[in-house]
Amino acid sequence: MTPDIKGFLLAATVKIVVVFSVWMIAIMLATWLERRGSAFMQDRLGPNRVGPAGLLQPVADGLKNFLKEETWPKWVDQPLFLLAPLMSFIPSLITFAVIPFAAPLPGFDFTLPLLGRFTYQGPIPMVVADLPIGLLFILAISSLAVYGIVLAGWSSASKYSMLGGIRSSAQMISYEIALGLSVITVFILSGNVTLSEVVAAQQRTVWFVLALTVAFVLFLVSAFAETNRLPFDLPEAEAELVTGYHTEYSAMKFSMFYVAEYAAILTMSALIATLFFGGWDIPFTRWDEGPPSVARCAATLLAFGTKTGFFLLFYIWVRWTLPRFRFDQLMELGWKVMLPVALGYITVIGLVVWGAERVGVALAPVLIGLNLVATAGLLWGLDRGRLLAGARARRAA
Amino acid sequence: MFWLFAALAVGGALMCITRRSPVASALWLVQTLFSLAAIFVLLDAQFIAALQVMVYAGAIMVLFLFVIMLLNLGRGSATDMRGWTGRLVALALGLLLVTELWVLVRSPLASPLQLPAGTLSRVAQEQGVVAVISDSLFRTYLVPFEVTSVLLLAAIVGAVVLAKRRL
Repeated sequence: MTPDIKGFLLAATVKIVVVFSVWMIAIMLATWLERRGSAFMQDRLGPNRVGPAGLLQPVADGLKNFLKEETWPKWVDQPLFLLAPLMSFIPSLITFAVIPFAAPLPGFDFTLPLLGRFTYQGPIPMVVADLPIGLLFILAISSLAVYGIVLAGWSSASKYSMLGGIRSSAQMISYEIALGLSVITVFILSGNVTLSEVVAAQQRTVWFVLALTVAFVLFLVSAFAETNRLPFDLPEAEAELVTGYHTEYSAMKFSMFYVAEYAAILTMSALIATLFFGGWDIPFTRWDEGPPSVARCAATLLAFGTKTGFFLLFYIWVRWTLPRFRFDQLMELGWKVMLPVALGYITVIGLVVWGAERVGVALAPVLIGLNLVATAGLLWGLDRGRLLAGARARRAA
Repeated sequence: MFWLFAALAVGGALMCITRRSPVASALWLVQTLFSLAAIFVLLDAQFIAALQVMVYAGAIMVLFLFVIMLLNLGRGSATDMRGWTGRLVALALGLLLVTELWVLVRSPLASPLQLPAGTLSRVAQEQGVVAVISDSLFRTYLVPFEVTSVLLLAAIVGAVVLAKRRL
């Protein structure tokens, strides 16, 4: 093997192992954060016995699930019953592979005894696989995650699970469309589908949350629906469906659903940060775009972690704040509000980009002004005089 | 690599048409579609591969499963092909398909479809994988593309009218 190939293999292996380990630990912390966060919001203590502040609680839970009995209900379709947790676990883990999480590291050139020379020319991109299809890979793979839930619902041979599975497939198909359409405007501005290009485009201009606020709102709402989180957790709905599709699961098989849910949440948080909040970009400075160095990599990694962590907290915050939708309301929102708004927004953004190129004005200020108006209109339209106007009416009364 | 995915695709297709349970058939079909996506990647057509997974494996097959579950088709339903006439018709159609495939394999490729080796990956490097497709789709083949979309729209409207007599 040439030193180049060895260097590439070494870099790839280290990236895969490190990212996977950090990811699994982050998922553990996310479950802990959810339980502590919900306890905080409900004025309880939450798990605080195992380890400092209950930090080792996820380890104890994992151990418990390892040792529990695997139950096989009598009428289940056995191969599919086993396949379902895998089908939801694997897609949720591999989607993170294409998200760039820090500024590139400098290449290396060193020699080890016995193993020989390792070289890596040029900067090492801090992403596990910088695929040319980038975001489309995430959309494609995450559209497979629905199989896990659907199969779990079907193979369990239980009415509650079945209803959960049916609800979930309807919900995920509806909101995938809004999710995909809201991302198209990002592609229009960045001109490419690879996520590293999306980050670079935001470094050149502004964060897309300013330029594409409506798309951000649509993406955020669809992301909640895609990950089956409150206010859209209809497939689980413990009050009516006894937690829906995983009612019949126990021990490690249940654990895999649980881990998959949090992995999906973390990926979605990272994706929101990358698409609309500049990814690993540090705001108000051009320092992070300089030549690759270890300090830049560490600082941008911190920036990325902070943004992702914020959206993780936001997920938990929303879960314990908003009540659940009714299923017809959910479908109505998806098809009658999100879809037309997303389509109209693509048209508007396309026209504005085309017009600005024609006239030759700077795109960013125009888009920001347009979005202030559009977002205000969207919020007003969604509110339909319930909260904003309602509060004023109450004050007047 | 090609033979691995080709074998997976053909195996999945065989399992799809031989399984009794509709859900199992649908899942084997997903495997076939997924292997086809892998073959697209081997052909340097990553964008087509992503679309294949997104549209076929991700959306259409989920709808299939949804309908199967909604109608609650049990395990082991009867087949449409019954008796000798059915089998004869199936055999004739199968032979016709084999002949067509044989002719297609034997005939030379049309010249616009022939590219020197490595062209695709070079163009993808220069323009990005999506631009390659969209350029020819929205410039060279714009009219056929639009006609197809109108055709699909007509099909959707027709399906709705057939399904819902009283709107």
